[in-house]
Amino acid sequence: MSSEEKHSWIYVVVGVLVPLVYFATVLSKVPGTDVATIDYVWPMLTAIGVGIGASIVLSIVAAIISPREAGKTDVRDKEINRRGEYVGFYVMSVAAIVPLGLAMAKAEHFWIANALYLAFVLAALASAVVKIVAYRRGF
Amino acid sequence: MAKPTRVTNSIRTLRFAHGEMTQAELADRIGVTRQTIIAIEQGRYSPSLETAFQIARVFQVPLDDVFGYPE
Repeated sequence: MSSEEKHSWIYVVVGVLVPLVYFATVLSKVPGTDVATIDYVWPMLTAIGVGIGASIVLSIVAAIISPREAGKTDVRDKEINRRGEYVGFYVMSVAAIVPLGLAMAKAEHFWIANALYLAFVLAALASAVVKIVAYRRGF
Repeated sequence: MAKPTRVTNSIRTLRFAHGEMTQAELADRIGVTRQTIIAIEQGRYSPSLETAFQIARVFQVPLDDVFGYPE
């Protein structure tokens, strides 16, 4: 497995687990509570920080485990990366309509921020999944 | 599962005809990863024209001897 494919797998694992924990924690407080009183800012910043940190640490671990492949990229990696980012951009563009609509409807900041975070998560996941499929099945 | 590319190749045969050259060796010579050579050999990736010419040059054969595009 090339180093770039490993990165994509890392992004998928981190991109599923971290937001899952975040949303489970924050959204569990929603029933019966005024969302304006829920403290979501620090948990969200923590989730973003942990996501970035975990991706970096896992990438370093992957490089230590197989140093021969570490950091090697070629024209195929670039093409696959371009394809993944292209899909991620479209997912982000569509998913961003939700927070935009919420802002226009003057919804609580809680919902706008969480919808935006979800849009980022979905875009990153779509991008990583497209890359993995391209690596596995070819293109 | 249908292969994503119709481009066929004889890289595996050519490697063995050239002193059993390994995939890693070929990859190093043209500056790609071993996984890319594997993907090309298995028909999971159509290489760029430049990469195709580089592979043909390693084996010192014309491009047509390495790659094909059947009707």
